[in-house]
Amino acid sequence: MSSRSAPRAISRRELLTLIGSVAGSAVSYQAMASMGLVSESNYKGPIKLEGNPKGASVLILGAGLAGMVAALELRNAGYKVQVLEYNNRAGGRNWSLRGGDTYTELGGFTQKCEFDPGLYLNPGPWRIPYHHHGVLDYCRRLGVALEPFVQVNYNAMVHSTQAFGGKPQRYREIQADYHGQIAELLAKVTQQKKLDELVSAEDQEILMASLKQWGALDKNYRYVPGRDSSERRGYEKPPAGGLSGKPVYSKDITGLSELLKSELWGSIGAGHGYEFQTTLFQPVGGMGRIGDAFKREVGDLICYNAKVIKIHQDRKKVTVTYIDPKTGGAPQTATADYCLCTIPLSVLSQIELNVNPKMQAAINAVPYEASVKVGLQFKRRFWEQDEHIYGGISYTNLPIRLIGYPNTDYHSAGKGVLLGAYVFGPNAYEFTALPPAERVKKAYEYGAMIHPQYKQEFETGIAVGWHRVPWTLGCAGAWTEESRAQHYDDLCQLDNRFLVAGEHASYIPAWQEGAILSSLDAIQRLHQHVVNR
Amino acid sequence: MSIHAKALFALVFAAVAGGAHAQADLTSSTIFSSGYSFEEKDGESLYQGICQGCHMPDAKGATGAGTYPALAANPRLAAKQYPMVLVVNGSRAMPGFGRALSNEQVAAVVNYVRTHFGNQYPDTVAPAEVQALRPKTASTGEE
Ligand SMILES: Cc1cc2nc3c(=O)[nH]c(=O)nc-3n(C[C@H](O)[C@H](O)[C@H](O)COP(=O)(O)OP(=O)(O)OC[C@H]3O[C@@H](n4cnc5c(N)ncnc54)[C@H](O)[C@@H]3O)c2cc1C
Repeated sequence: MSSRSAPRAISRRELLTLIGSVAGSAVSYQAMASMGLVSESNYKGPIKLEGNPKGASVLILGAGLAGMVAALELRNAGYKVQVLEYNNRAGGRNWSLRGGDTYTELGGFTQKCEFDPGLYLNPGPWRIPYHHHGVLDYCRRLGVALEPFVQVNYNAMVHSTQAFGGKPQRYREIQADYHGQIAELLAKVTQQKKLDELVSAEDQEILMASLKQWGALDKNYRYVPGRDSSERRGYEKPPAGGLSGKPVYSKDITGLSELLKSELWGSIGAGHGYEFQTTLFQPVGGMGRIGDAFKREVGDLICYNAKVIKIHQDRKKVTVTYIDPKTGGAPQTATADYCLCTIPLSVLSQIELNVNPKMQAAINAVPYEASVKVGLQFKRRFWEQDEHIYGGISYTNLPIRLIGYPNTDYHSAGKGVLLGAYVFGPNAYEFTALPPAERVKKAYEYGAMIHPQYKQEFETGIAVGWHRVPWTLGCAGAWTEESRAQHYDDLCQLDNRFLVAGEHASYIPAWQEGAILSSLDAIQRLHQHVVNR
Repeated sequence: MSIHAKALFALVFAAVAGGAHAQADLTSSTIFSSGYSFEEKDGESLYQGICQGCHMPDAKGATGAGTYPALAANPRLAAKQYPMVLVVNGSRAMPGFGRALSNEQVAAVVNYVRTHFGNQYPDTVAPAEVQALRPKTASTGEE
């Protein structure tokens, strides 16, 4: 704000220290936000639904995070709330598969999860960025313990079948060599006066210093074997103690041409994205712990095994018809003054519903992505014991796309579960089209090309192809810029007594934060409507 | 899978090893495409690589909270335009594959489905008819 242009008697940092020490960190945070030092989040802290709903009732469809957030907050605000849920459990896509669980996908393929106690696969969400304030605040309020999710692990692998003879490389070495040689190149060009038109002489001096630092260049601005480069890519013999402690610098720097052709530079950028920057979190014990915590709060409101097949609203109420998906039987109905529907659009677009044509067109306009995850249990944590990989992700151009290491229980002597494949795009369709046991087999075979220990240590696996998940028919809503421009606002309107929420009704699709913020936005608007009626 | 298919993939793999192309699978005839386009060519492998994920190996579809319709003995396939438009553009839960499949692939898979699983429609779709469905803008009109 004004602090940028006006002459300052007091520095911004000093001012913040002052505000912080006087009024506590919450005020300091808001002050920072208003001064443009942090971007403001859409999440404004626990929602306040003030005013009397005068006995109004809301029927919520779906007990995923969007549905349960609404159930919790609307009940707190004085509404009569009931939730209808297709599954026999709460959480929706917030879900962990644990030893003893049985999962039947569409087509009747049933898998029994045979993981050891305490081990799990998160078939859907697995990481929470530090700026997903809504998810994090509900974790805080509901007592869900968090631990760091490691996105970038410098000692994990980057791998291409087309480079280095198919031998996996350490992320650390590829990144150091890539940055180092890009920096050296730019330094050379600068010294050859080729940047004179673009960069002033004064700035060139600073640029040279920054390239030296950024790329670990030596005093002659070269990226060469020596202390500088070894401090980034690691040593041939790292410094140690006593008489055997003298280090040997690493010499096997990969040349720029080979690096460029390897395309492994494409695998060192994931952690730069806004959603993947440190710090990320995961719930201790599996992502499903969030759903479990919500269930403790609102479980008494949920009617399970209720498959909604029709939604009808008239001038007085909403009537929802549902059946038991397992036993069938006579359709039952539930009624309320309003209906908040969090059923994925892939399913909702097939349910009989009377809303305005624009909203119906929006409901029909969003296809769902393909995605596949495979969890593999091994007899021992060889990635830690043999390769010193503690959490994080290895990337590959193989159809499995990545291997995710558990970010918890380091050094535990027992077994471990890896995320053996996490796939989008054509390969996700191709994996989904296989029987589950084949998916596990493929993940095993391809993974063994990166970690040969697979062959000795593999025990059991489980595979989820999201297009076969009976209650979502896909991973998440696939909006395009065009479909959003045409339909998004129509989707999110209150239509008479009916409105939707869920990740599909957000600008953060395929993230739990999207589900939560969409739900808060919807109930806020609904509540305004109700108290103003 | 047939021996023929396996031999074919060994051949394909040998031909493209070194280039960034289809990874022939290790132990079976499963195709894993290397990029954002599908590399299955004939109707059967396209069906098995894509469609059966939802419509199931026997093309009988499946029902959970929602439904994937059966393609087996489905009278709606009588009009060849219908499956062709759906494959290219998608509809509701069904994603469109227009960007990820060539005209030849769309024609091949539509013709395959309309002559298998109890469907016996003699007329076929030609790649040029698929092309006619694509938007004619400069950016998407040509490959
Ligand atoms: C592979 C994958 C990876 C992901 N990774 C992440 C991640 O790392 N971090 C992150 O934050 N998010 C991630 N997400 C996204 C996240 O899971 C979702 O955005 C979020 O959980 C959606 O919540 P929701 O309440 O909108 O929908 P859901 O959780 O799907 O809830 C909808 C509920 O409706 C029920 N339902 C469906 N049909 C009917 C019916 N006919 N009648 C009654 N009930 C019905 C369903 O059973 C379900 O319980 C990932 C998702 C997937 C699939």
